[in-house]
Amino acid sequence: MLQQGWVIAAVSFAYLGVLFAIAYYADRRADRGRSLIANPTVYALSLAVYCTTWTFYGSVGRAAATGIGFLPIYLGPTLMLALGWFFLHKIVRVAKANRITSIADFVASRYGKSQLLGGLVTVIAVIGVVPYIALQLKAVSNSFTILLNYPAIVMPASGGAVPLWQDSALYVAVILATFTILFGTRHLDATERHEGMVAAIAFESVVKLVAFIAVGVFVTFGIYDGFADVFDRAEAVPRLAKLLVTADTAASYGSWSALTFLSMLSVLLLPRQFQIAVVENVNAAHVRRAVWLFPLYLFLINIFVLPIALGGMLGFPSGVDADTFVLTLPMAHRQEALALLVFIGGLSAATGMVIVETIALSTMVCNDLVMPVLLRWRSLGLAARRDLSGLLLAIRRWAIAAILMLGYVYFRAAGEAYALVGIGLISFAAVAQFAPAVIGGLYWQGGTREGALAGLLAGFGVWAYTLLLPSFAKSGWLPDDFMTQGLFGIALLRPQQLLGLTGLDEISHCMIWSLLANIGCYLAVSLRRAPNAREARQATLFVDVARGHPGLAGWRGGARVADLLPLAARCLGPEKARAAFARHAQSRGIEFVEQLPADADLVHFAESLLAGAIGSASAHAMVASVVQEEPLGLEEVMSILDEASQLRTHSRELEVKSRELEKATAELRAANERLRELDRMKDDFISTVTHELRTPLTSIRAFSEMLHDDPKLALSERERFLGIIVGETERLSRLINQILDLAKLESGRAEWRTAEVDLGEVARESVTSFSQICRDKGIAIDLQLPAQPVLVLADRDRLIQVMLNLLANAVKFVAPATGRVEVRLRVTHQEVGVEVADNGPGIRPEERETIFEKFRQGGQDVMTDKPQGTGLGLPISRQIVEYFGGRLWAESVPGQGARFIFTLPLPDRR
Amino acid sequence: MNRSSLTAQRLAALFLLGCALFDYPLLALFNRSSEVFGIPLLYAFLFGSWFALIVLMALLMERRED
Repeated sequence: MLQQGWVIAAVSFAYLGVLFAIAYYADRRADRGRSLIANPTVYALSLAVYCTTWTFYGSVGRAAATGIGFLPIYLGPTLMLALGWFFLHKIVRVAKANRITSIADFVASRYGKSQLLGGLVTVIAVIGVVPYIALQLKAVSNSFTILLNYPAIVMPASGGAVPLWQDSALYVAVILATFTILFGTRHLDATERHEGMVAAIAFESVVKLVAFIAVGVFVTFGIYDGFADVFDRAEAVPRLAKLLVTADTAASYGSWSALTFLSMLSVLLLPRQFQIAVVENVNAAHVRRAVWLFPLYLFLINIFVLPIALGGMLGFPSGVDADTFVLTLPMAHRQEALALLVFIGGLSAATGMVIVETIALSTMVCNDLVMPVLLRWRSLGLAARRDLSGLLLAIRRWAIAAILMLGYVYFRAAGEAYALVGIGLISFAAVAQFAPAVIGGLYWQGGTREGALAGLLAGFGVWAYTLLLPSFAKSGWLPDDFMTQGLFGIALLRPQQLLGLTGLDEISHCMIWSLLANIGCYLAVSLRRAPNAREARQATLFVDVARGHPGLAGWRGGARVADLLPLAARCLGPEKARAAFARHAQSRGIEFVEQLPADADLVHFAESLLAGAIGSASAHAMVASVVQEEPLGLEEVMSILDEASQLRTHSRELEVKSRELEKATAELRAANERLRELDRMKDDFISTVTHELRTPLTSIRAFSEMLHDDPKLALSERERFLGIIVGETERLSRLINQILDLAKLESGRAEWRTAEVDLGEVARESVTSFSQICRDKGIAIDLQLPAQPVLVLADRDRLIQVMLNLLANAVKFVAPATGRVEVRLRVTHQEVGVEVADNGPGIRPEERETIFEKFRQGGQDVMTDKPQGTGLGLPISRQIVEYFGGRLWAESVPGQGARFIFTLPLPDRR
Repeated sequence: MNRSSLTAQRLAALFLLGCALFDYPLLALFNRSSEVFGIPLLYAFLFGSWFALIVLMALLMERRED
């Protein structure tokens, strides 16, 4: 039955019909809010759009040529998905936050919504990927042709050999274009998501996996007797045995690593992968399952690759292309149904790739290439068009058709040439050029627009020179002398031994040079200047996505609903735009759309709404055309600077204040300390005073009681007791007088009778009053006075009080019989000094000042009994001397006596 | 340290493990023409370690967040 082409065609159309039904159903479900694809398993399956016909048919071909060498293409994505929690998850969140519609949009948006950058990414993607689309056309058309010849195994003729109207690839291209247009551009979605398409892609992933595993099981267990059997037979053939190991050379491992790395990048950066993994993602949490389920899918679809390749090579003569083994092995064993299933599997691999890739590319072409140009032509009157949504859809449809036709033209021109065989990897290497701008942009805030442009241009240039042009040359489109002799005959410029680098395969060679140029230029140019305000804003949005929306910092100015709503309506259609605005109003708690405040928030909303439809760069340009986002004027800059400098001033003031506060605290603490000391001293004073008063009182009382109680006491005893009582009473009154005196002096209420006093006379009088006591005790007292009188301004009685005090101290401390007290008067030209020296025990250094404190008596542990006196004499004396502007201090060498010296100023001699 | 950060670190560790398994020099150890259970050694090693890696990732990602 397969000989009839219409059977195959009917089955194919039936399959496409099923796909369409699934898509339609999923769209309907989504409209009712019950999304079919809001499911992590569907997400993981849809990621398998990675496996195209290049996997479905090509893996076996590659395995037949290089053995295990097909595997890095699938190990790389496994590794990348292990990093998925870092990369993919972050990219998805960034894309959702910024309503990214494609990888071109992503790069453009990251570097300050640059239209130029978006355009460049689009151009690279189209050039890099169109040949890959051609590969799908070729695979479908070849498999169709092979199946048509069933049961004979006939390799299809080279593409250019058949006339155009008989070329099945042309019809495949037309059908796929129609299908994709029906699929992807039925309506313009504000979020650029295609629920139906994703559901269909997930379904296709299942179909191609089932088909491939069916062939694998058939070959391994139907034709042969399990894995071990296939491998055993292969081992026996030397040509096949060497496929089971890889060449043990550095170049072989190097190319293995390069392929792993390349496929790691491709699984994220190919436009279709970005579309499915990022743009179509419903929920960032779905990445969680994809991390293991997608690698598992890749694992399953690769298990049977080597057995099929070996089986084909064992079973077929050398004329059969290994790329067709998947199909020709079932045919050779007359498995019609299986062959048809394989054809459908191949078709699903091709349609999946073509649909997603062309939708992604058409979005990029429309949003980042055509719209910016159209918007620039304001004279075209585009801004005046009431409804742009129709135009947008038309651009996308034409873009899809054009891309598929480009693919067909490439296929037609390349034919069976080299260019198709290696094109999968050449495409991978092209999109790998996005890696520095994308990954750098996600983790480094310093990248600038020029840096990204320079990196992309350099990387793309090197890619084109080392990989694309040589592939053209090998296809015979270009003379190949530049390959062998280098450009202009310069050997160093040979494209695949650039600068003399040899020993690498062409892919590794291209990867090394292109990424070196790319990353180098990206870094070097980025570092030439700091990012400007807009780049910095976008950088924050991308790099710090985890911190949430940073607010609308940088957005200034607003626009009225009346301006923005028509703008959105032009791109989305009036109903959709109005509904979106209404939702926005509702979310802000505003009843009517017209009441929305004309602020930056509204502008931001409108821009992101438009971004979903026409890409961020175009949306920015469009919104800017009505909003006139006010640039920061000089005034604003000044006010910002002002604020900053004020802040700095305030902080400096704060610093000063806190330092002052610290100082004040320290002073307060000291004062408090002093107060406590004073308080303690007061307590001491009171307790000392009462103690001092009690001692004479006790003895007075004791003797009085004795006199009172014992009337028979002898007269002499009575007289002695009365004498003691009188003496103690005198001491008591002296003490009280001194206390009162000191209190008066300290409070400044003492009475002073200041007059000219002869200090010599004061000294003489004082010494005289002590001469009797000295004589009694056997103490020598010596007075040395100048001849003429020494006149000072003071209170005579007070000075006598000081002298008596000092003399009393001296007499008190010297030993009887050997004691000696000297009083000397010395006059200098400004002051007069009075010195009272003794040969007593002296004063210890630590006591030299404390003896001037109240109730502190010196020598308390020198003398066996408590010194007599009140402990108030010296403080009172010091108060008196200081009142008259003099000083009183003590000098002493312990063991050699003490000297008390006071000075008084001499009155001015006018 | 919260759980999601720990999960991310474990995944990163699995990534490093994968890098080690799927590249020189570990690869070279198994690049010999011998067999385990009739399967060529290199083939068995790559698919075996690949599968083990996937199982580890699945266990890590599908654990209930409790």
